[in-house]
Amino acid sequence: MTAGHDLAVIGGGLIGAAIAWGAARSGADVLLLDEGDIALRAARGNFGLVWLQGKGLGHPDYMHWSIRAGRLWPELARLLTEETGIDPEWRGGGGLNFCLSEADLAARREMIARTADAGGEIDIRLLDRAELRALAPGIGPEVLGASLSDLDGEANPLLTLRAFHTGVQRQGGTLRSNSRVQSLHPMAGGGFRIGLADGAELPAQRLVLAAGLGSETLAAQLGLTLPLRPERGQIVVTERVAPFLHHPTNTIRQTRDGTVLLGSSHEDVGFSTGTDIATIARLCNTGARLFPALAEARLMRAWGAVRILTPDGLPVYDGAPDHPGAFVVTCHSGVTLASVHALDLGPALARGRLGPAPQTMRSSRFALSPD
Amino acid sequence: MRFRRIDPAPSLAHQIHFEGTPIPFAEGDTVAGALLAAGIGTFRTTPVTGAPRAPYCLMGSCFDCLMRIDGAENRRACMTPASNGMRVERARGPRPAGEERMP
Repeated sequence: MTAGHDLAVIGGGLIGAAIAWGAARSGADVLLLDEGDIALRAARGNFGLVWLQGKGLGHPDYMHWSIRAGRLWPELARLLTEETGIDPEWRGGGGLNFCLSEADLAARREMIARTADAGGEIDIRLLDRAELRALAPGIGPEVLGASLSDLDGEANPLLTLRAFHTGVQRQGGTLRSNSRVQSLHPMAGGGFRIGLADGAELPAQRLVLAAGLGSETLAAQLGLTLPLRPERGQIVVTERVAPFLHHPTNTIRQTRDGTVLLGSSHEDVGFSTGTDIATIARLCNTGARLFPALAEARLMRAWGAVRILTPDGLPVYDGAPDHPGAFVVTCHSGVTLASVHALDLGPALARGRLGPAPQTMRSSRFALSPD
Repeated sequence: MRFRRIDPAPSLAHQIHFEGTPIPFAEGDTVAGALLAAGIGTFRTTPVTGAPRAPYCLMGSCFDCLMRIDGAENRRACMTPASNGMRVERARGPRPAGEERMP
């Protein structure tokens, strides 16, 4: 049997594809295994924010890691465009988190103070209504202000994913679709055999598990405890309207083509990716409160997708202690963290190290404590 | 390309108004059907590049026949039954984000 690929990445979503591209760029022979179209595919349902403000409060490592990701996104966008010809449509310029009440304003003030206390290298300030209107003239009468951060941005998640997939192959890597992984077998003397549902067995020197909610059972085969749960979010899309919003925001985003996305729901409904009228109505209502002109815009479609959440909501970057060369990565901010996953983590994992991934994000934090 | 009616003697008693021009239609016509039969080739220009578009699927799926109909933006002409006196205009680029012109 041959030694196989240098690195097999299990999961072709934003996390796996970013790591695979980064590893391939650093010279590794990479195999990227993607499931079929019936997979849950969080990477194909998300909102597309590169969002830093408020992330990692109480978890400075996560804050600094996310902020680094925000700083690296312009470089990621440039490299992806240059190397694949696919522009992920990253746009910076700062993100707005709207405040519709005094309580919202107070919460944003506290967020800004706590971010500063943690040493977050991000400029966030509170805009009053007049300052906000200069950036977003169409806001409704209920909008009292917004917090604005310099680093927040947005990207087209589908184009980003396609650019990663294309980039992996341009770098000589292999993308294998319809490849559901069932079993992982460490081999004597190092390396792994990866057993697929179709019966194929693929050898690789190292492997990274980035299979979203599917990672839990595969991680167990490597002796890692990785409790994950799905959390549904729904997104509503309107017809195209003339550009009126030039900043990403926490609940509403307008693409360069004029399409408006409304999002931000958090539902505990198991693995369902469906939609419901009450949530769609709430999202539309919020959109019309923020921008009254949107009341005239028609809803085109809505969809649901499931986030991948750990018990504490933080990412996991870990290696299997008993199986050197096997790693697991999961998070629910696949767009935001795509830049550090591609440019920092991918090359490190190709060499068998977790490198700059914060040590406080190992999976051992979930192990049951002995009373 | 010019469409022609299969019915050799349609009753064209009623009219819609396409950007000021009266267009006759037969009972059961959609707005798209009436305009195509009258030789109208461009229904809209796209919001992104401004390229001209005409109906493609004629069954509500492709959204290439979007028009302003009686003041309402981005209506699918192929799914809208023609009615007497209806005012129809091309959708030019993106619909406005602000106040919609009311009928």
